Amino acid sequence: MGVDRRKFVKFAGLSALGLAVNPPIKVLASEETYESAAGTSACSGSCLTCRPAHPPENATRWAMVVDLKTCREHPECNACIEACHVSHNVPDFPNPKDEIKWIWKEHFGHAFHETDHNYLSEHLKHSNALLLCNHCDNPACVKVCPTNATWKRKEDGIVMMDWHRCIGCRYCIAACPYGSRSFNYREPKEFFAENGRKLQADFPTRTKGVVEKCTLCEERLARGLWPSCVEACPYNCMTLGDLDNPDDPIRQIMHDKFTIRRKPGLGTQPQVYYII
Amino acid sequence: MIEKALQGGKAYWTLVIILLAIVGVGTLAYLKQFTEGLTVTGLSRDVSWGLYIAQFTFMVGVAASAVMVVLPYYIHNYKKFGKITILGEFLAIASCVMCMTFIFVDMGQPFRILNVFLHPSPNSLMFWDTVVLFGYLVLNLLISWTVLGAEKKGIAPPKWIKPIIIISIPWAVSIHTVTAFLYSGLAARPFWMTAVLAPRFLASAFSAGPALLIIFCLILRKYTKFDVGREPIQKLAVIVTYAMLINVFLILMEVFTAMYSGIPEHLDHFKYMFFGMVDAEGILHTNLVPWMWLSACLGVLSVILLVVPKFRMKEGLLALACIFVFFSLWIDKGMGMIVAGFTPNPSHGVFPYTPTFIESMITLGVWGLGALIVTVLYKVALTLRKQVDTNRYRA
Repeated sequence: MGVDRRKFVKFAGLSALGLAVNPPIKVLASEETYESAAGTSACSGSCLTCRPAHPPENATRWAMVVDLKTCREHPECNACIEACHVSHNVPDFPNPKDEIKWIWKEHFGHAFHETDHNYLSEHLKHSNALLLCNHCDNPACVKVCPTNATWKRKEDGIVMMDWHRCIGCRYCIAACPYGSRSFNYREPKEFFAENGRKLQADFPTRTKGVVEKCTLCEERLARGLWPSCVEACPYNCMTLGDLDNPDDPIRQIMHDKFTIRRKPGLGTQPQVYYII
Repeated sequence: MIEKALQGGKAYWTLVIILLAIVGVGTLAYLKQFTEGLTVTGLSRDVSWGLYIAQFTFMVGVAASAVMVVLPYYIHNYKKFGKITILGEFLAIASCVMCMTFIFVDMGQPFRILNVFLHPSPNSLMFWDTVVLFGYLVLNLLISWTVLGAEKKGIAPPKWIKPIIIISIPWAVSIHTVTAFLYSGLAARPFWMTAVLAPRFLASAFSAGPALLIIFCLILRKYTKFDVGREPIQKLAVIVTYAMLINVFLILMEVFTAMYSGIPEHLDHFKYMFFGMVDAEGILHTNLVPWMWLSACLGVLSVILLVVPKFRMKEGLLALACIFVFFSLWIDKGMGMIVAGFTPNPSHGVFPYTPTFIESMITLGVWGLGALIVTVLYKVALTLRKQVDTNRYRA
């Protein structure tokens, strides 16, 4: 394991070492330290030092590992949610029934309700899980869309949305087992300024009556940038990588850590993996 | 032929004007929804389909049920359904229009609805549902208009219509099967994911539809001179009885599977419907509970009234039984079925849904539109029949 870890750091980390400033120290300072056996750092397997400056080019199967162990130590932190919703002009509707969310926190027992039981360890029981679109390999939403307004991108597996084609029938919302999709029940343009958010000119706004969801920041990946949430997390809980590439750091993480997925029994092949 | 709709008495025009007013109210309510978005409805992130889609589902059944008069008349040559068949076909036309309108008002971007044909996606059941529903409307328009037109001229219907009539029979079954597939193919919603959904839809359709037709026949006899006769009504009553029994049987199958297996994902939806459920804050939500029990009671009462021949033979009791059947199944399909599929949600969260006033007005408007179409078409049929009969008498 230690050797693996060292190889891993050597492979991925060197170029990014300069970025390892404040956040990892915070992790170090936290009560629980992970991977002491690894001997290199308190890295939970997805630290900034392990992340190259740019996402890999020509990835063919994007996947994400979310380290809930680290995430739940910071229940007050919403950096990823804020970054995502700001960069994608996600409106902040006052009525919760109209709510739009691309990435959000949900009670662990709800997010993984098949694993929930009365004697679940205390820190899990009262924790939240970070949820987003799973970019399933076999997406139920894509299958049901009557206009192909949502589709799985052949080259890298991202489940995309065409907000100009969507007729707003919400069949995809009914089909998604993860609650990853939101509908614009009202005109979103008036609700960007809430919570001091500024309209981002480089990302399209939506109109009322269309469905939207996380697109894994495909617009950022295309520019060689990590997704907003991945970049914004001060504790580096999220790792994005190319599962098809055996040398991708994400494969090493998944090799080292036990990961689970939400509702794996449905055959949708969700591509967000959780370290719990 | 449609000009016959313009030659009516005072009662007819009063009815037409009332129905037009209801459609008007619905249109105004829809304009509000169109400008403000579906936020004016009770729909939410968790219950994203509600009254509109539920009404659509119910009306697909009423549309399909025309086959219950078409099949005996055209295939088994049951001549006594001669007068009733056209009423069934016209009811199917009105129901199809209602279905399409309910889909239209449910769309977030109604003006993009043609994207379904511009970007056809055979992988989507909604695409197929649009195709079969539209096809069924065309078939019924063609058949009813051709047969009635021939009748007006006092000649036999043209030969080419026969194969079209035969096609319309499996087509009727297909519209409700595909509608059931919309739901039963979704892994995310265990309540709907049952192989018995399509058969159950058909059974409930074949009882609710003919029940409505019986009510219409009795109303027509009372307020017009049009009498389909006692025997066809009794025949329809037998159809309603069998279909309702099969429907109750299939519902009990569902209840048994959910209860005996005890799998929470399946059982919880029934719990929510009949007993209510607590949300994350510990509040008990019982929105559907009184309705579902009412539906169950009406269902049981209607079965008693229908199964005992002595009751069924009395037209007053039969009318009551038909009202019970119709209302029981309307609650079951037009309220419970869709909403309970979304509650609890896949993460076991309970977010109740209650239709808003605007939503109810739009729904009422669509029902008004359906009633208007039925009124106008029945007027045409009745006037033509009367003329044909008078001509025959003179000859």
